[in-house]
Amino acid sequence: MNDAAVIAKDGEEHGARRLRFEIFRFNPCDPDSRPHYDTFELDDAPGMTLFIALNLIREQQDPGLQFDFVCRAGICGSCAMLINGRPTLACRTLTGTLPDTVRLSPLPVFELIGDLSVNTGKWMRQMSERLRTWVDVAEDVDLDSLETPMDPDAAQAIYELERCIECGCCVAGCGTAVMRESFVGAVGLNKMARFRLDPRDTREDADFFELIGTDEGIFGCMSLLGCDDVCPKDLPLQTQLAYLRRKMAKVTLTG
Amino acid sequence: MKVLHTDVLVIGGGLAGLRAAIAARRRGLEVTVLSIVPPKRSHSAAAQGGMQASLANCLKGFGDNEDVHFADTVRGSDWGADQAVARMFVHMAPKAIRELAHWGVPWNRVAPGAQSAVINGEKVELRERAEAAGLITARNFGGTAKWRACYVSDGTGHSMLYTISDQAIAASIPVHERIEALSLVHDGARCRGAIARNLMTGELLAYTAGATCIATGGFGRIYEVSTNAIINQGMGAAIALETGVAELGNMEAVQFHPTAIFPAGILVTEGCRGDGGLLLDRNEHRFMPDYEPEKAELASRDVVSRHMESHINKGLGATSRFGEHLWLDIRLLGEDHINTRLREVKEICQYFLGIDPARELIPVRPAQHYSMGGIRTDAHGQSGTLKGLFACGEAACWDLHGFNRLGGNSVAETVVAGMLVGESMADFCLGNEASVDTGLVREFFEREQAALDNLRRRGGAQRVTALNAAMQSAMTRNVGIYRDADGLQAAVAELGSLLERCADIGLQSGGHGADPELVLAYRLPRMLKLALCVAQGALNRTESRGAHCRLDFPERDDSQWLNRTLARWPAGAALPELRYEALDIMAMELPPAWRGYGSRDFIPHPQQAQRQREVEAATEQYGNRFERQEALMPYTHLLPERYRSHNARLFEDGQGAFNDPEAAGGAAE
Repeated sequence: MNDAAVIAKDGEEHGARRLRFEIFRFNPCDPDSRPHYDTFELDDAPGMTLFIALNLIREQQDPGLQFDFVCRAGICGSCAMLINGRPTLACRTLTGTLPDTVRLSPLPVFELIGDLSVNTGKWMRQMSERLRTWVDVAEDVDLDSLETPMDPDAAQAIYELERCIECGCCVAGCGTAVMRESFVGAVGLNKMARFRLDPRDTREDADFFELIGTDEGIFGCMSLLGCDDVCPKDLPLQTQLAYLRRKMAKVTLTG
Repeated sequence: MKVLHTDVLVIGGGLAGLRAAIAARRRGLEVTVLSIVPPKRSHSAAAQGGMQASLANCLKGFGDNEDVHFADTVRGSDWGADQAVARMFVHMAPKAIRELAHWGVPWNRVAPGAQSAVINGEKVELRERAEAAGLITARNFGGTAKWRACYVSDGTGHSMLYTISDQAIAASIPVHERIEALSLVHDGARCRGAIARNLMTGELLAYTAGATCIATGGFGRIYEVSTNAIINQGMGAAIALETGVAELGNMEAVQFHPTAIFPAGILVTEGCRGDGGLLLDRNEHRFMPDYEPEKAELASRDVVSRHMESHINKGLGATSRFGEHLWLDIRLLGEDHINTRLREVKEICQYFLGIDPARELIPVRPAQHYSMGGIRTDAHGQSGTLKGLFACGEAACWDLHGFNRLGGNSVAETVVAGMLVGESMADFCLGNEASVDTGLVREFFEREQAALDNLRRRGGAQRVTALNAAMQSAMTRNVGIYRDADGLQAAVAELGSLLERCADIGLQSGGHGADPELVLAYRLPRMLKLALCVAQGALNRTESRGAHCRLDFPERDDSQWLNRTLARWPAGAALPELRYEALDIMAMELPPAWRGYGSRDFIPHPQQAQRQREVEAATEQYGNRFERQEALMPYTHLLPERYRSHNARLFEDGQGAFNDPEAAGGAAE
């Protein structure tokens, strides 16, 4: 038996509570489909995650149910959804932490593919293209010599911000993003903060200002900080956004 | 029929595919990448612990070089690897990591002065050299003579994938997301592209290409418990197999990782043990030194996994409500270390087990982890039997890993192979006119369309989820860590019968658009064909080598089995056709011997002693390691000219000799 079967069997044998799932359904490819919620029931079990629960529902009750999981380990960012209204990763949400009735909906803001599946990939690629989320490199760098030294703490600080998994929770939890489609979100702003820290990125604050010095960028943030509350990787978004805003505001004063 | 043309079609948007795409794009070619998920969701992101590259910057890496990395890799492979490919790889790995350092990967760096570490259960102090300050550091991993696994905390694959993916965006390479290749278009001699399906709408598309590259990763999901992402169903290898022309190599070589959390099967990195973590049994006894006095927890993965399973079989496993397991203890590394170098491990323990690994033991048990086998290619990444078809990364078998891969060699292979295979594809495209026979494309397109229509309409009696579970169960029961003839025969029979039953799958859902049941229904027979290649290959190979362990043939048998299994699936056949490709012992730079861990017994090849004498003579004859290497097994001609120069190292002279001014190891040893 795989882990899901092992855990589900354990739940059945130990007389666990009954969970009730209300799941958003809509298939844009089917002209007869209308948005609605379907209800499914399942026995809870210790160690059961929403990854296991949704797969059991699909296997046993509705083989057409759409959702996205890839790593099922909380590192790839595929499975963000609204769980009782709060954006978070489904794969590492233990059903034991949830009430008896669980309402699952797709992330807002992103294009709906079907049921709980949304197109975060397309949104993230457009954001990357807009903000140029990379270090500009010459085509032929010297690969034979010793690498350029970097301060160990600087490398670690960059990684702290690079841990973002582009799951989209911060965008779904953002007041501005819901109202203004072109807002780059905390995900985009955090990336700018990451590249600003990187000595290999030759962009100056004036260059970053060109990218995010507008209402679609750092000045669109209303400081509601839903992003910071819901980030599954606990990125320091509050601090980074505040810092970035100060730096960008300074460009308007000095530049 | 919608047809899209591109010079290079890359199927798979993980590290290997994206790096190959960038290489071909830089040569001026038009490149299109297909990916079944947004590329940053690829399984490459799950690589935690590190990338092997012999930089020799940190104290415990001093004296490391290509030769040491090469020997570790070949021993790890249990002499199944192609040694020329292993040589190319160890030469390229330092270049690949330095390129990624330019591109923005925040590799952890050497902090000079006294650093605390845990080695063999003891706290020690290492005094890093001032000259190495800020250079890329490394941690210890299994089966290696030096600390060589360069890392970004325990998010190494994540950082590498994000950096390369963003560089692909910078290079304006289109990635067609949620598009799955269903079959390769070919005329029996030359591959011309692929028929693909949009996983959001169900639309069928044709891609024609001068060169087609498969980089879809491994096939762990044919097993019940795997550390692999759920997308790792081996579809790239399967559609190559279904051409009936391309071959798969060494499919029976399947790796089981020692430390998957129990029962969820989620990986916690080898870096846990590399950094000093220990394996404990039900009595909290550290048992690995009892079996492996030399390497203990840091023998190769195949060896450690076998000892863990046999220790459990002796009744020494801990028990939980889900079954038996062992413990991984990283408490001795301390909270600071865990919070900075093992962050993902900490999160995984917290969310999936509800424990704090700085204070509690982690329940672990070996789980399927890596597919050494894959699409057989030459050293340039091209299929020998189907021209224009290339493969790289875990999906390929150019044969770096033989029968067991070393930890940290996987992400290193993805970027190295991407760099090299991307160049090969560019050479191929620039040297061959791409002509498109629309009749051929239409034939393949209509075949796929008809197969999907049939699957939707036929209303058969078999349920796809039940057949999938039966396949996974058969593989886990009979084609796992320990194998024998009875179990393997049973597996081949059962898998064959499951494949037959696939013809009678009926869908419960509509089969339209993104319908997940339809997707599994067309993937399952392809997975079963891969599973049959694994099981049949394992049944035929009457020896134990690397991760392939036969209880009824416990020794490595170089006299009979110093070869590579090649599997082909002729059209309409019920089983794969297997043939064997000999490994030339007289061309080996490192002739077979004991690995330095694991079983000491093996049946030698008749020419082993002769080759060993030749190698020893060369060692005495040549002044420096480069000359000796060149004399024994030339390989640089296989590399593009731009990548042929030597790699510089701190304290290494132009002759390749290492001279630490304070004497290697020094006071800290």
